[in-house]
Amino acid sequence: MINIDIKKRIRTYSGSHLFHIKTSFVSNSITQVLGPSGAGKTTFLKIFAGLIQPEEGFIMVENEIWLDTKANICLPPQKRNVGFVFQDYALFPNMTVEQHLHYGTKDKEYIQQLLSLGRMETFLKHKPRQLSGGQQQRLAILRALVTRPKMLFMDEPFSALDNSLKSGIIFELKHLLKELAITCLVVTHQAFQPGEFSEFSFVLD
Amino acid sequence: MDWTPIWLSLKLSFITTIILLIIGLPVAYWLSRKSSISKLVLEAIITMPLVLPPSVLGFYLLIAFSPQNTLGKWLHETFNIHLVFSFGGLIIASILYSLPFMINPVKSAFVQLPASISEASYTMGKSRTQTLFHVLIPNIKSSILTAAVLTFAHTLGEFGVVLMIGGNIPGITKVASIAIYDSVERMDYSNANNYSFILFSITFVIVIAVFVLNRRLVKSPLE
Repeated sequence: MINIDIKKRIRTYSGSHLFHIKTSFVSNSITQVLGPSGAGKTTFLKIFAGLIQPEEGFIMVENEIWLDTKANICLPPQKRNVGFVFQDYALFPNMTVEQHLHYGTKDKEYIQQLLSLGRMETFLKHKPRQLSGGQQQRLAILRALVTRPKMLFMDEPFSALDNSLKSGIIFELKHLLKELAITCLVVTHQAFQPGEFSEFSFVLD
Repeated sequence: MDWTPIWLSLKLSFITTIILLIIGLPVAYWLSRKSSISKLVLEAIITMPLVLPPSVLGFYLLIAFSPQNTLGKWLHETFNIHLVFSFGGLIIASILYSLPFMINPVKSAFVQLPASISEASYTMGKSRTQTLFHVLIPNIKSSILTAAVLTFAHTLGEFGVVLMIGGNIPGITKVASIAIYDSVERMDYSNANNYSFILFSITFVIVIAVFVLNRRLVKSPLE
């Protein structure tokens, strides 16, 4: 089980408001995070990953405490063993597709498996600026998986993919997430069809 | 024509650029992260040589390094280092004088990189140092190159600071810019022209090389 209870004051144009989330997620499952624009979906994922510090909070992932502000515990992102697919992809402009994956693991067999999942085998020597938007997005997903994370956070991960490619990747990704026992939280503005990708939904408002 | 001043200028510029690359990259990275009052003050100090007359900086360094004063006396008595009218003094002065030319462009380049690429690296388990060397520095190569060339060219053309701290000692502190001034004072315009033309040519070639290299680095794959 994964438990989270966080409070973060967020400044917006209309002043500041308190962002408070208290919920739990089922381990080894895929949960879609829904909510209107500006509800704090990305902030929520970043707090979970340790990229943003909340003022107060507690995060426990399968009996391991990632954050406990009362006990002054805050694991850095490096220690949380997470994968993150950023909305802007956040690819490394200096690295080729191959180098992106080698940066996270030396396991060549696993890299091949990921390349096949993302249909990226023929783009090994390409740098991000030489890839299309959809290819960049697929690379961002593969890079997030390359460290075999315990939790995968994806921020609008399929927005640049066409329907046939999206359904093929979703099918294989679901399989891989189950195989590696990865818990996945996926932010999306367009809810998945029942059974399409996610098993649970969490609405932020 | 005596080539020693040209050689000294090149040597001074090369050493200054290398030292500033080593010091400047970590300082620029540190300054590019969350701002604070202390960073603001340090940035202002680093930028001062851009707006300060070189003779002012040279004067204060001359006073500071003078063996009659605390710092100069301590350096002399503890390490037997004598910085006034020495090549070592020129290096220290050049480093201080060229600091903004190295740090400001590199800091701006770090700031302009999206925060998400560092974050992506952290979530892959990489430390700040690994991220700096594998992700951040390789993506600001052109800015580092530009900063290094600006530093080199700026040091090559130094006059006021060099004259104040180093004077005009042949073979030790008489760099090309001083040699030009010295030749003009002696009404030897031909010699002054030789040094000037060589300095102009070196600087021009370096600047052209940077433009060519930077064009190549940012070239679109579709071109």
